[in-house]
Amino acid sequence: MFEIGLSHYLTVAAILFAIGIFGIFLNRKNIIVILMSVELMLLAVNINFVSFATALNDLVGQVFAMFVLTVAAAEAAIGLAILVIYFRNRGTIAVEDINLMKG
Amino acid sequence: MIIQGLAFYLFSLVAVVSAVMVISARNPVHSVLFLILTFFNAAGLFVLSGAEFLAMILVIVYVGAVAVMFLFVVMMLDINFAELRQGFLRYLPIGGLVGFILLAELLVILGGWTLAPEAAATAAAPVQASVSNTHALGQILYTRYLYLFQVAGMILLIAMVGAIVLTLRRRQGVRRQSISEQVARDPKACIEIRKIPTGRGI
Repeated sequence: MFEIGLSHYLTVAAILFAIGIFGIFLNRKNIIVILMSVELMLLAVNINFVSFATALNDLVGQVFAMFVLTVAAAEAAIGLAILVIYFRNRGTIAVEDINLMKG
Repeated sequence: MIIQGLAFYLFSLVAVVSAVMVISARNPVHSVLFLILTFFNAAGLFVLSGAEFLAMILVIVYVGAVAVMFLFVVMMLDINFAELRQGFLRYLPIGGLVGFILLAELLVILGGWTLAPEAAATAAAPVQASVSNTHALGQILYTRYLYLFQVAGMILLIAMVGAIVLTLRRRQGVRRQSISEQVARDPKACIEIRKIPTGRGI
């Protein structure tokens, strides 16, 4: 039981990923929590990358996890900026009304 | 080995529980704080599997920048969060069903994963025990993946420019200093000299 292998890490990552999906369904209106759920899913993917890199004794997985971190940070910044201007224009962040934007 | 196993179970348990709290907390500020806790514990998992540099990056970039940015936005916007929680229970069954099916599939596929014995021999960049993790990562990142590293920097730059352009606004009625306007001022246009006869006034 105390022998920690690859499948233990993959299980934790799978649970975190499912929690992220669940969070997106659960908080359909609150886009801030949706963005946080996306961050959780990216974290789960990173755990997968790192654990496979360790299991295969290969550094490339860690390099790729770093790029995933970069893109996740950029995505959070842009997403929050869009959220701020949406709130400034409409006074709410209810994502159900976003389809009003379609021209 | 036992300590390693205990640490793994501790980190993963706290990470999963706080991830559940992230999506179910009533107050988004609490959500962000639980997200930070999740990231700390994921960093612990990274250290356990030998990726020390990524663990530190996770703490610095995610906890120090991204989570604090979330916290800023949550606190800056005056949002009625009680209204946003309507329909929480309505989506619970379908969300739970989808999440459960996905989790079951992932566990069936990944839980019994074993690597082929010859797979380790095909590693593109084998880990050497003699150099530290950060050193090895730098050696490979700045040589073989240099272009990708530059592209990552460009992505961050574009994200920064985009965020600034999106949120910048020129308010009406606010007087700002405009250096070029000040320098371009001409004494002839600003000062008028009048001869005033004595005892008459203007």
